[in-house]
Amino acid sequence: MFWFLRRGFASLIMLWVIVTLVFMSIHFVPGDPVELLLSQDGGSADPATVQMIREDLGLNRPIVEQYVEKLKGLASFDLGRSMVDDSSVSAEIARRLPRTLELIGLAALISLIIGIPAGIYAALHTGRSFDRVASYLAGFAQGIPVFVLGTLLILVFSQMLKLTSAGGFVAFSQAPGKHMLLLLMPSFSIGIGLAAIVFRITRASTLEVLPLDYVRTARAKGLGDRRIVLHHILRNALIPVITIFALQIGSLLGGTVLVEYVFNWPGLSGMLVSGVNARDYPTVTGVILVISALFIGLNFLVDVLYGLTDPRVRK
Amino acid sequence: MSIAETTSKPGLSISGLNISFRNKDGWTSVVRNLGFDIAPGETVAIVGESGSGKSVTALSVLGLLPQQATRIEGSIRLGDKELLSLSPKDLKALRGNEIAMIFQEPMTSLNPTMCIGEQIAESIIAHRGISKAEAKLEAIRLMEKVHIPSAARRYGEYPHQFSGGMRQRVMIAIALACKPALLIADEPTTALDVTIQAQVLNLIKELQEEEGMAVLFITHDMGVVAEVADRMVVMYRGDVVEEGTTTEIFANARHPYTKALLSAVPQLGSMSGSNDPQPFAIYDINTGLATDAAVLKSTVDMSEILLEVKDLSVRFPVQQTIFGKVTARVHAVENVSLTLARGETLAIVGESGSGKSTTGKLVTGLLHPTAGKVEICGKPMRSDTRQSLSRSVQMIFQDPFSSLNPRLTVGRAITEPLRIHKLATETQRDEIAASLLTRVGLSPNIAKRYPHEFSGGQRQRICVARTLALKPSVIIADEAVSALDVSVKAQVVNLLLELQQEMQLGFIFISHDMAVVERISHRVAVMYLGEIVEIGPRAAIFSNPVHPYTRRLIEAVPVPDPSRRRDRHKITDSEIRSPVRAGDYVVPTRTYREVSPGHLVQEVGPEWAA
Repeated sequence: MFWFLRRGFASLIMLWVIVTLVFMSIHFVPGDPVELLLSQDGGSADPATVQMIREDLGLNRPIVEQYVEKLKGLASFDLGRSMVDDSSVSAEIARRLPRTLELIGLAALISLIIGIPAGIYAALHTGRSFDRVASYLAGFAQGIPVFVLGTLLILVFSQMLKLTSAGGFVAFSQAPGKHMLLLLMPSFSIGIGLAAIVFRITRASTLEVLPLDYVRTARAKGLGDRRIVLHHILRNALIPVITIFALQIGSLLGGTVLVEYVFNWPGLSGMLVSGVNARDYPTVTGVILVISALFIGLNFLVDVLYGLTDPRVRK
Repeated sequence: MSIAETTSKPGLSISGLNISFRNKDGWTSVVRNLGFDIAPGETVAIVGESGSGKSVTALSVLGLLPQQATRIEGSIRLGDKELLSLSPKDLKALRGNEIAMIFQEPMTSLNPTMCIGEQIAESIIAHRGISKAEAKLEAIRLMEKVHIPSAARRYGEYPHQFSGGMRQRVMIAIALACKPALLIADEPTTALDVTIQAQVLNLIKELQEEEGMAVLFITHDMGVVAEVADRMVVMYRGDVVEEGTTTEIFANARHPYTKALLSAVPQLGSMSGSNDPQPFAIYDINTGLATDAAVLKSTVDMSEILLEVKDLSVRFPVQQTIFGKVTARVHAVENVSLTLARGETLAIVGESGSGKSTTGKLVTGLLHPTAGKVEICGKPMRSDTRQSLSRSVQMIFQDPFSSLNPRLTVGRAITEPLRIHKLATETQRDEIAASLLTRVGLSPNIAKRYPHEFSGGQRQRICVARTLALKPSVIIADEAVSALDVSVKAQVVNLLLELQQEMQLGFIFISHDMAVVERISHRVAVMYLGEIVEIGPRAAIFSNPVHPYTRRLIEAVPVPDPSRRRDRHKITDSEIRSPVRAGDYVVPTRTYREVSPGHLVQEVGPEWAA
């Protein structure tokens, strides 16, 4: 159990480092953020307004005090208020985050369901037609940009087949069926590219495990093919898949922008983009912190998964 | 066990076996017209060097060769069952059930992500169709049977928590799970330390007597053959060259290859009465005629000390608390002192974890000691002198396949040290490479070729040439001949001795192979858990071993003489202990006693009392 606690402790330290870095980035970026904010129309800012906003944001107080204030706020999940409409950043994130998470979650599920079995099957039958076709398709799927695939899906399923509307969002509580239907296309657009990556890694790492001595031992025991594949090959081959997959998911946290845009899905990435456009610092730092925290949480989860699959990690 | 049950098991019968592998130019024959029988309860050894086809034969019995790329003709029968015509399903039912196999590499032959007990139990479940709970009990019983201490507790542990010897016991437990009629053991002890090898061989013998199974033993080690086999089949490049009872062949080998193989086997005790090293007699495989080994003149010059090591220690932290306090350390080398004179060979012997390789790395400056000092030709090794002193100490490593960069030509590999130390121009380097290659018995024309084109023995010669490039005075050979076939091993040992004659080199010969050590060294240091327990002239160590560990080491070496088999009941099941100690461990003060001139023995500690 000790390894588990140690990784958890390390995650907390990392989170603190990120909070500090984000805090400092606002203060050590050249130029005054408030002046930058107000000067977007080209003209120079009115000093009185600058002063007012500085006080409003607490930028006029000593830096240490601001830092302590920030940490206190974070401890009670308060990320400040938006400079655009004075709404609570935390509340807005709380509203949008689940949407992005379910998008990524479904995409991840799709990619695993396609990628892992296909990867193993291709590795067990290298050079046969399935392997060649699947490898070719994977290359294609990895190369196709998500907005092209998204637009294509809209063209086929909404415009031609009229199965669903082109995009948008309905809360699950209002219309569960419609909600899931709308979720499907954006998830697929991300999931297909991800499936291609999972397929490739699974195939490659299975091929690496196949000639190992312990697989030969399993054969010499006279075990059935199913048991050899599931217990002796897959479990060992999955270790690199977990690593790459977690990295991919992590990068999706902030990278669903295009899909959210194409399908008009009101998620976290959209919030980040509009925050940046409006130079809304509380919103931007809030979203960055949440994404970082999720990334760290994800890595912790991967460490735990490692420990479960590979006993040598549990130290 | 009743006699009826013992005799009811079928034997193995192979006849007219031909095996070919497909490659890009068609089919290559790897085994030709092989035939032999093994009766129940009998042990037959297939003996041969790499490429003889012995392992391929073993895999063909189990049907484990890749189907598309292999062609097998002839007959392999177990009792009245023809194995070559079995369906894949019947073959699966046979594997692990009627025929079981143990492999060479216990470290990699077990699944690292599955617990030990389950790996034994799954074989029982697959063939005997009993419940998981029953299989677990049976697996624990098997673990006890192969002498794994506290079996029930260790059931849920994973392979990385087991030592090599213990893993091989697990492999044997898996093999015995269904009481097979035939056990195939493919080099089962090659990767193990010599005291552990004795235990594992003993265990296989003991279980064979209990179960009455036939054993097919694949090995290159004549000592092991003499120890275990009733009959032997000698293979050379796919052909059987000789077959007969072990006693008969050892007493009176007829084929030149068998003679060559037997003569290349170092025999413990063959050197008594001589103080200097002696090369091996080399037999010509085609004619069977021996080239007598030259008698060597003494090379040792005690007046010039090449290397002096004093109170050398190195420890590595292996476990720390979050706050950086070390809670466990490996005491890899502990208070080691040595000297090496010009022209002298000092052998360091010991088993895994004894610190012998670490000592070699400390002497070359590849590792920095925690305490103590190293002097080379009278100059102390410090951070500012390490670079220049490292020129006079060069190293040859164990594995000739991984110690040459596959992307460098042989010539470049050999002259790399010259380039690093900026010692010669490009044209000079080419000349030096050519002359060094000639010196180690290779053609100078190979300088432009790449390492993968050469055999293990040739590569090791290339490695020797590379160490000579800087004209060192000391060469550290770390298990330099351990991975080589016997006949090649003899040639490389002879080459090293010749070089010593010619250049008065000092050798530190690190090895676990007592028989080779006896052949080539002037003095021997025995290491155990990082400490030297006994050091002295070779003749004194081998004729009068005093420390209990030295005795155990010498007794464990298999004797290549079937008429002198050991009494198996004397072998204990003790494991090699680990040099990992608690963070607050205080190293005991050791004192040494001089038994005879130059022969020092550590006062035996209380841990040896039993």
